[in-house]
Amino acid sequence: MYPYIPNTPQDEQEMLQAIGLDSIEQLFEDISEQVHLTKPLNIPASKSELEVSRYLKSLADKNCSVSQLTCFLGAGAYDHYIPSVIDAIIQRSEFYTSYTPYQPEISQGTLQYIFEYQTLISNLTGMDLANASLYDGGTAITEAALMACAYSRKGEIIVSTGVNPEARQILKTYAHAQNLKVIEVETKDGVTDAAMLKELINDETAAVIVQNPNFFGLLEDLKGLGEIAHKGKKVSMIASVEPISLALLKKPGELDVDIVVGEGQPLGIPLQFGGPYLGFMAVKKDYMRKLPGRIVGETTDLDGKRAYVLTLSAREQHIRREKATSNICSNQGLNALAATVYMVTMGKEGLKEVANQCVQKAHYAFNELTQSGKYKPLFDKPFFMEFALTSDVSVDKINKALLEEKIIGGYDLGKDYPQYKNAALYAVTEKRTKEDINKLRRVLEGVK
Amino acid sequence: MKDYNKLIFELSKPGRKAYSLPALDVEEKALNSLIPAEFLTDKGLNFPEVSEVDVIRHYTNLSNKNYGLDKGFYPLGSCTMKYNPKINEDVARYDGFANLHPLQAEACIQGSLQVMYELEKSLCEIAGMDRFTLHPAAGAHGEITGIMLIKAYHDKKGDFKRNKIIVPDSAHGTNPATAAMAGYSIVEIKSTENGLVDLEALREAAGEDTAGLMLTNPNTLGLYDRGVKEIAKIVHDAGGLLYYDGANMNAVMGHARPGDMGFDTVHYNLHKTFSTPHGGGGPGSGPVGCKDILAEFLPVPLVEKREDGTYFLDYDVPNSIGKVKDFYGHFGVFLKAYTYILMMGNDGLKKASEMAVLNTNYIKEKLKDYYHLPIDTLVKHEVVFGGLKDKSGGVTTLDIAKRLLDYGYHPPTVYFPLIIEQALMIEPTETESKETIDGFIDAMIAIAEEASSNPEMLKTAPHNTLVRRPDETKAARNPVVKYEG
Repeated sequence: MYPYIPNTPQDEQEMLQAIGLDSIEQLFEDISEQVHLTKPLNIPASKSELEVSRYLKSLADKNCSVSQLTCFLGAGAYDHYIPSVIDAIIQRSEFYTSYTPYQPEISQGTLQYIFEYQTLISNLTGMDLANASLYDGGTAITEAALMACAYSRKGEIIVSTGVNPEARQILKTYAHAQNLKVIEVETKDGVTDAAMLKELINDETAAVIVQNPNFFGLLEDLKGLGEIAHKGKKVSMIASVEPISLALLKKPGELDVDIVVGEGQPLGIPLQFGGPYLGFMAVKKDYMRKLPGRIVGETTDLDGKRAYVLTLSAREQHIRREKATSNICSNQGLNALAATVYMVTMGKEGLKEVANQCVQKAHYAFNELTQSGKYKPLFDKPFFMEFALTSDVSVDKINKALLEEKIIGGYDLGKDYPQYKNAALYAVTEKRTKEDINKLRRVLEGVK
Repeated sequence: MKDYNKLIFELSKPGRKAYSLPALDVEEKALNSLIPAEFLTDKGLNFPEVSEVDVIRHYTNLSNKNYGLDKGFYPLGSCTMKYNPKINEDVARYDGFANLHPLQAEACIQGSLQVMYELEKSLCEIAGMDRFTLHPAAGAHGEITGIMLIKAYHDKKGDFKRNKIIVPDSAHGTNPATAAMAGYSIVEIKSTENGLVDLEALREAAGEDTAGLMLTNPNTLGLYDRGVKEIAKIVHDAGGLLYYDGANMNAVMGHARPGDMGFDTVHYNLHKTFSTPHGGGGPGSGPVGCKDILAEFLPVPLVEKREDGTYFLDYDVPNSIGKVKDFYGHFGVFLKAYTYILMMGNDGLKKASEMAVLNTNYIKEKLKDYYHLPIDTLVKHEVVFGGLKDKSGGVTTLDIAKRLLDYGYHPPTVYFPLIIEQALMIEPTETESKETIDGFIDAMIAIAEEASSNPEMLKTAPHNTLVRRPDETKAARNPVVKYEG
């Protein structure tokens, strides 16, 4: 017997009898001999919970987590504080063992938190509406670009090299499959080159994609770049944003951005080696019927009670099949719940405080680390909580020295930007203390 | 708290808070001295102000309005709603896994890479494939990744005339949507009266412009297609490749493998077959496997093992389609699936498919006198009825589904597959006992009897739920998609 398979041999016999069969093998008689497996799968036999957890714990212990080290690494995934309430809620099995809320009568819990999530994301970004989530920040950029192409019926996407390199690679993969053209606009002094963008916009341009703060941590002039983008006909201005920064920075909705996307991992989702995270997307009203993914709407039931349902499903694959706006079916439901609980827990003041602490500590670190002159700022532009420093020593060498002192160093920008060899991108979240930063400085100064 | 009907925004009261943070330990400077004012907003943040108690009570009350697998039977066809073992949740929360940054140094991530390496090996063996990428985030994402592999294969051969993907009319909606998203046009072929691929129609459709075929086997009617080797031959002879939608893999584990059936690429839904939770609609995970002929096109990075026993991320895949996902996929989900595979073992996985199929055939046998069974033959993991046998009372599949709510069950998938009118698609999985299944059968029979004796009661069902048939037309006509106060 297996813990997750309750039928006893006697149950099996009774059920077979009811079907009119003699053996389990007969249930698989429709599989032809050519295909039917005759030997057991070459994987180990079943084990007990104790054996399995012992083994997997031994693998977990081979890793060195950010709770054993001090993390100054960001580049798309951030070590923020996660309040205890989040896990308490997402561990409720009524949430995590349910499916997509197709039956609204018994899914009001899921439907309502998605409605709350859509509201919070709309408010955070200052946009008209948000969908129920996408896979992650990188694929959300691609979905935004594809939506802009569908919206304008054009096929050229201009993307800033200040956008996360991984996200740009994903975009290129999809664009290649759909015969769309991706054109990169370079950065100048670390931010998107407006003059070059102006030259690249043409009649075929469907979208301009910019990240803010960009991959180097620098603040982009979203408004100015958007004005250039909007000189083209039906060009969508797409901004990929960091959600915590929006507690302080001007909201994309204030800056005439058309489509806002981003990675929601900072909103209470653990690092867990890169996923599952949370892609969010919010848009101006004009884009509502082109949005990919699920959307929840408010309505009333037979008795006039307020209720929530999946809505505008005429966009989706299960109705429209090959004419759907996207093939997406699953979203990141439970992670959207984590982000919802995070946003309401931090609330109106808490998110601002987190954002402010990140800014203050990052700028303190920047000043400390650059003081001796051994490490120089790569750019001279305003930044949020990440900044790039360059030196004569290779990032690899620096990070090895840091790791010996239990510090996770910055991201090696030279991997994606050959022109920035020996430059490292440091992230400072609210979790880092003054002492952590001072120690980072001491170790960095000692690297030879 | 049955009537709890508040939004979190309606609990807000100025001055309440649910968070605590340490005091700032560096000297605080004026924000506009660090970031120029032109970048800063002067608008406040329109978020609620609530206490921690409010947060917990609110979401606990919302959870009470949900039906999950841990509450009861969830026979949602095509979704494989099997029990989600609790050890899975524990493992995913081990510190070394949960708090690992994806870009840490190779020496710090050996345990995670080993999990990915071993999971890939297991998935290869179960599907009869040579390699897997774990990156895709969900089934539909796996589909497009697989189709892009097929495209890359033809492109590399310089064969650019293949612009069509063949899809049977019984396919999941994601199949045609995926093929379209990958830039293909769709050729839909009708099923035979027996619900299987019409070989003649396939022969006619397959040709020089065929890039590939997307198929599930067993298909969405729960029928295993014996002709699969012939199907593969027709497509391969035409120069196309075969994609296996692994949504229905729970039917055949340890009994048959898509690789042996002739498929070139396949995706799994770890959130179906391998017991990871559906989470109210995600996160899922949709790894894609392939035969050697497609391996050179897999997304980067792949996980490889060196001779010294260490693992590394390999980005050196020159013909790769590129990246499809941030970082390496849904690692937290991999952990749960791998835990399940280790727990079940080769014997348990095989047994799982056997019991899933036994439960389904038992339901089919017990309900076929009451519900219309369009094709009465051996089924695999799911069975599709075409509404009531006696439709004279005008009771629809939707009415039956809503009435099942009163009996305390999650209804089956309804109105899918599209080729069966009034479809009711039931997938019990192996994690349900005979008693549970018998209870469900009794409820279905009682409903069939009510449909004759009191059809009105069904047409106005449900009667015992918190809300009753929310108005979807109203929601779509005048969309209210956020709280405006």
